[in-house]
Amino acid sequence: MNGRPLVDVRHLKKYFKTPKGMLHAVDDVSFSIDRGETLGLVGESGCGKSTLGRAMIRLLDASGGEVWFDGEDIMKYSDAAMKAMRKRVQIVFQDPYSCLNPRLSVAELIAEPLIVNKIFRTRPEMNARIKELMDTVGLAERLFGVYPHELDGGRRQRIGIARSLALKPEFIVLDEPVSALDVCIQAQILNLLNNLKKEFGYTYVFISHNLSVVKHVSDRIAVMYLGKMVELAGSRTIFQDPLHPYTQALLSAIPLPKVDAVRDRIILEGDVPSPIEPPEGCRFAGRCRHRQERCRTQTPELREIDPGHAVACHFARNLVQGEVKK
Amino acid sequence: MANDRLLLDIRNLSIHYEVEDGTVRAVEGLNLRLGYGETLGFVGETGAGKTTTALGIMRLVPSPPGRVVKGEILFEGEDLLKKSEAEMRSVRGGKIAMIFQDPMTSLNPVITVDRQIAEMVALHQDVNEKEALERAVEMLALVGIRPERAKDYPHQFSGGMKQRVVIAIALACDPALLIADEPTTALDVTIQAQVLELMKELKRKLNTSMIMITHDLGIVAETCDKVAIMYAGRVVEYAEKRRLFLNPVHPYTQGLFNSLPELDEEQEELKTIPGLMPDPTDLPPGCPFHPRCGYAGPQCATESPAMVEVEPGHLVACPVRARKGDKP
Repeated sequence: MNGRPLVDVRHLKKYFKTPKGMLHAVDDVSFSIDRGETLGLVGESGCGKSTLGRAMIRLLDASGGEVWFDGEDIMKYSDAAMKAMRKRVQIVFQDPYSCLNPRLSVAELIAEPLIVNKIFRTRPEMNARIKELMDTVGLAERLFGVYPHELDGGRRQRIGIARSLALKPEFIVLDEPVSALDVCIQAQILNLLNNLKKEFGYTYVFISHNLSVVKHVSDRIAVMYLGKMVELAGSRTIFQDPLHPYTQALLSAIPLPKVDAVRDRIILEGDVPSPIEPPEGCRFAGRCRHRQERCRTQTPELREIDPGHAVACHFARNLVQGEVKK
Repeated sequence: MANDRLLLDIRNLSIHYEVEDGTVRAVEGLNLRLGYGETLGFVGETGAGKTTTALGIMRLVPSPPGRVVKGEILFEGEDLLKKSEAEMRSVRGGKIAMIFQDPMTSLNPVITVDRQIAEMVALHQDVNEKEALERAVEMLALVGIRPERAKDYPHQFSGGMKQRVVIAIALACDPALLIADEPTTALDVTIQAQVLELMKELKRKLNTSMIMITHDLGIVAETCDKVAIMYAGRVVEYAEKRRLFLNPVHPYTQGLFNSLPELDEEQEELKTIPGLMPDPTDLPPGCPFHPRCGYAGPQCATESPAMVEVEPGHLVACPVRARKGDKP
């Protein structure tokens, strides 16, 4: 079938039970990703971006909703079907210091997914594949037998990427893959991810709180706030024409490494409110400088304002240069 | 520059850590100057020696394994390295205050925030308990925390509010120098914007000199007057902010700028600096950056580069680039 998205997330919810009530980590989020596309997922701590990344590949059990992968709803899959499915979807985690077993060598770490899935029958075949993967992610062959503690953060992250590529997946969730790295190493890893995508046609979800990084790698960007997706658009559009007041504030808050950068900074008042039993209405209303009565009572849906540009704000079309047009 | 106009003048400072694998030369022959009322951005990657330098100024380098090998740290004309421990105790928190990266761990969880500020005031000023607590509430107001929250405990505050409390403690005794070690790294970007705005405003009000340690050139662009770029324990470039941002001369500084993804331009590929930071126990001879440097010539592997003035007040530790002038 042509034109069918590779991943189609519909009304996905993930709630956590806490002593104070239900924590709405991801609350009724819908979007789709085309084959070969990179979707950037941005937002601040606690906005639900990592939970969404995990729930959509069933590393967390969702509280509701559907995730269609290549035409099938994987939420309905049995454990056995899901295990086979896991070869096609992979994840790379943020912290290359804690996600690798310190007692396994580089080769053993990369071999793990191959062994679990019984891909090769002989050791030499598997070693050849491990060396091929190490070459793909830019790890020198001499590192075959070394342990992660001997390596810097960038090389460890390369191991994490090699592990995720081992089973030739189609879809990879990258959860803050460069956040723990220094800028020079970060640039190397971003280039690697872009080159891999060009070579193998992967589809990525790239989760990060760093907007300039997300912009660099993404085709489209989704902005999350307190469990909700508030804006979704092409990556250039988000930066040039942000429509949601939260997106506008978020963009204006990034310190630019430039002198003479002239811009109006929107300083948000207060902090992100609690995601436990959130009230009706727009979740951003309490900090929004444009809020109206209606924002407190009616939850805005994510709706398309321009082709390919969706915003969850009652007044998105009417926010002109920071003022609400009546 | 006349010396009496300098608040801080670090000369030829070296700090080493003796570890099992050898000697870590965390800071090596560092020179740095800070005038009254100035904010200096102190930029470098993990392991460049930024925090060690700051701890050196505070005389808080853990010893062992750390040791100040040589150098002078002149603060208001007096060498801090020659002061007794008792004298240093009155400098710390009094004349020089420090803000640490993680506000979650730098507050005492079982003491209310007003008491934590009052503790500092009582230590350095001749006040009774009531006056110290009053001063604490004043300080909280200054950083935007309402008086009714003075009796709250740290866990009742969010990350951004905790960092405000930490700033209030640091400024409570009206220090001449504030060292902020990655003060917003643990915060989200919208909260970071609030805290940076607050720090800028307080600086204007109190005219405190500041050293802002950060790895984020965006924060430097926003808050600093001067910038020092550190690599492998040395300052490799030092200039007024505008000059450094518009005309970075040292190859490492250029590499650092190039590896940042731009927000307002499309880039196919990010330019990267080849290779990795050198092993601090085994620094390459000559210029520590030469194995990764596109400009390096044979002399770079043997001669340790001195700081050369390429334009007024713009110092670069790279004779090759300094000779070539501004344009590569």
